[in-house]
Amino acid sequence: MAFISSGYNPDKPMENRITDIGPKNFEDFYPPVIKNNKAKWLYHEILKPGVLVHVSETGDEVYTVRAGGARLMTVDLIREICDVADKHCSGYFRFTTRNNIEFMVDKKDKVEPLIKDLESRKFPGGSYKFPVGGTGAGITNIVHTQGWIHCHTPATDASGPVKAAMDVLFDDFKDMRLPAHLRVSLACCLNMCGAVHCSDIAILGYHRKPPMVDHAYVDSMCEIPLAIAACPTAAIKPKKIEIDGQQKNSVEVNNSRCMFCGNCYTMCPALPLSDKEGDGIVIMAGGKVSNRISNPKFSKVVVAFLPNEAPRWPSTTAVIKKMVDVYAKDARKYERLGEWAERIGWERFFEKCELEFSHHLIDDFRDPAYYTWRQTTNFKF
Amino acid sequence: MAKHKTPLLDQLVSGPWPSFVDDMKQYAAARAKNEKKIEYQIPVDVVDDLMGLLELSYADGTTHWKHGGIVGVFGYGGGVIGRYCDQPETFPGVAHFHTMRVAQPAGKFYKSEYVRKLCDLWEFRGSGLTNMHGSTGDIIFLGTQTPQLEEIFYELTHTMGQDLGGSGSNLRTPSDCIGQARCEFACYDTQDLCHTLTNDYQDELHRPAFPYKFKFKFDGCPNCCVASIARADISFIGTWKDDIRIDQEAVAGYVSGKFKPNAGAHAGRDWGPFDIVKEVIDLCPTECMKYENGKLAINNKECTRCMHCINVMPRALRPGKETGLSILVGAKAPILDGAQMGSLLVPFVEVNKEDGYQAIKDVIEAIWDWWMEEGKNRERLGELMKRQGFQKLLEVTGIKPVPQHVKEPRHNPYIFWKEDEVEGGWERDVTEYRKHHQR
Repeated sequence: MAFISSGYNPDKPMENRITDIGPKNFEDFYPPVIKNNKAKWLYHEILKPGVLVHVSETGDEVYTVRAGGARLMTVDLIREICDVADKHCSGYFRFTTRNNIEFMVDKKDKVEPLIKDLESRKFPGGSYKFPVGGTGAGITNIVHTQGWIHCHTPATDASGPVKAAMDVLFDDFKDMRLPAHLRVSLACCLNMCGAVHCSDIAILGYHRKPPMVDHAYVDSMCEIPLAIAACPTAAIKPKKIEIDGQQKNSVEVNNSRCMFCGNCYTMCPALPLSDKEGDGIVIMAGGKVSNRISNPKFSKVVVAFLPNEAPRWPSTTAVIKKMVDVYAKDARKYERLGEWAERIGWERFFEKCELEFSHHLIDDFRDPAYYTWRQTTNFKF
Repeated sequence: MAKHKTPLLDQLVSGPWPSFVDDMKQYAAARAKNEKKIEYQIPVDVVDDLMGLLELSYADGTTHWKHGGIVGVFGYGGGVIGRYCDQPETFPGVAHFHTMRVAQPAGKFYKSEYVRKLCDLWEFRGSGLTNMHGSTGDIIFLGTQTPQLEEIFYELTHTMGQDLGGSGSNLRTPSDCIGQARCEFACYDTQDLCHTLTNDYQDELHRPAFPYKFKFKFDGCPNCCVASIARADISFIGTWKDDIRIDQEAVAGYVSGKFKPNAGAHAGRDWGPFDIVKEVIDLCPTECMKYENGKLAINNKECTRCMHCINVMPRALRPGKETGLSILVGAKAPILDGAQMGSLLVPFVEVNKEDGYQAIKDVIEAIWDWWMEEGKNRERLGELMKRQGFQKLLEVTGIKPVPQHVKEPRHNPYIFWKEDEVEGGWERDVTEYRKHHQR
């Protein structure tokens, strides 16, 4: 493996350097039917799960076939997406915000051959490479974070629980039987790179053991004041430690004040907190981002902890499946999961979804907590 | 033959949903075979070792990645995330495994010709593993070694006209919804605004000078498909001021059952015949709609543009023509002070491409000036707003307070009056006071 230069000269890094050119211009990648009809679209229709048509005032139509995909992809799989796009869509395709792949064609008779091609492509183990679906009142792809594949702070994996959950929810990816669309998201720690805090159902990795202090290394690996300032509950204070007769600057953690956010570890690698028994999953529910009918809502914690059960996280997927099925049966048309829970009351939500309520689910974090307690005699038995 | 045994991961090969494990296994085998005779610039078994490492995490329930190190390309403070494995002896292929964030095109539209070039570059100089896309929106190149960073950057910029995205305490790569490219609801050109601001603020994106991360997201309408309202420090959400356009003939089409409600989104179940009163009029949150004698009427003055009626009857109803956007600020995920939703700052601003979106940039830059001056280390804009108050935000942006800014007025009378708001000011003579008030 001999080093091959791109032309970059490390002795003169500024020579011919090109910087600050930004992303490619989107207009270079518009299929002709999109370019010709931009801002002229009149209406759309979902012809069947995974297939949309948009109709323009020019009379043009664009048919979109949406396929799910694991966001963790090899270049070989991406090349296969390119092959499909070359064969059916003059090379054009796009990704959605939720990691779906969209193939667009300008004639209806191009749709079925495209779907047939997509659905025929499978991995050797039998899973679909490009399952068609993820539209309308169903469950689309789960947006997620890195997890154990590439992150230093996760409390769970991301790609694995997502694969396991989507296998369980697959029928609802291929169907539109729900009262409204239902968005599932995963973040592998509460940094929430995936911003799951406004999802119908959120899978969240969470630590439950306070950081260990690697006293011999705190001062050499970290800026101690930054580590102390990083703690939102002021649980960390400076401490002098004697190791092998030597005075060292370190920190002390007041464990009872720790809410396990890991922010100190982000600032100071000598405060690791991951742990097999301590780490696991929190399930949240009832959030949304659209302004439709009711205001955007935060997701609420409905299960305080489930263990990490690699490789298929059966307890987590069972809770999710149960919530989806009860919601599907009980909610009114157009009602999002959170709107349904609010209408029937959260006490009823726990009953119907057969979820246990515990003290962990009552907010005690700062001022907003008060606004979540019940300040009325109106409740259901 | 795979380099490491992965019995736990192998259980994720089955089931209908695309298996990332199967994808990686096939690709690891293809790298080992190397039929294309590629002179891989990082270890050929990088994917094998990554799977071995992930299997270890599946067995022991913890991550094996260390904190990032300071790596990057010359002159940039973002775009590369250093990553080292904590078991380098067992998994040397991923001992150094840095991420590169590549700025995605607005709308995430692609052409195969270009994407194949990206793939070739990343296979040659990296692991060949990607995220399409990362949470913020970038194309993620997952795993390469330090000597390759400048080489990849050189090839991206010189042969592909492509730059890196943001990371660290800077402007993160902005992202947008599909917008007017293929959506009839979009009230402005999200792609053009996203692309223009991304390019205008390249310095803020590449060279960290902020207290913490800062995100822009662009939603074409209040449906908020990119979730800007929940996760962007500044959310740009399309809206309109005039009347919803009604096509009464198409309304009749929905009522008669000729058109499927909600564009056919509920076709997976028999919900019975469409009932416009029950499904639209009665669900309107402001009760500003009527359906009488086969005619739909909207009292637009009372409408809050929630999109429900338009979503249900896209052929019959369209947003008005006087379009623009609302600016909401301060959204963030929970860490540290709890989650925050975006708060409305600018109810309506025109989206004017001709002047380079100056009115929008004025708001952005006033906010940045304030946050860069007053924000503490790792304090998001939303947290600064809570610490210094919404009033301060209005003051620094020069925006006049209006009832639209609040859900309801304050619950307490503890108003921080300013001296110049009170007649006669605060300086008084206590001796004069005592002439009329005994001690």
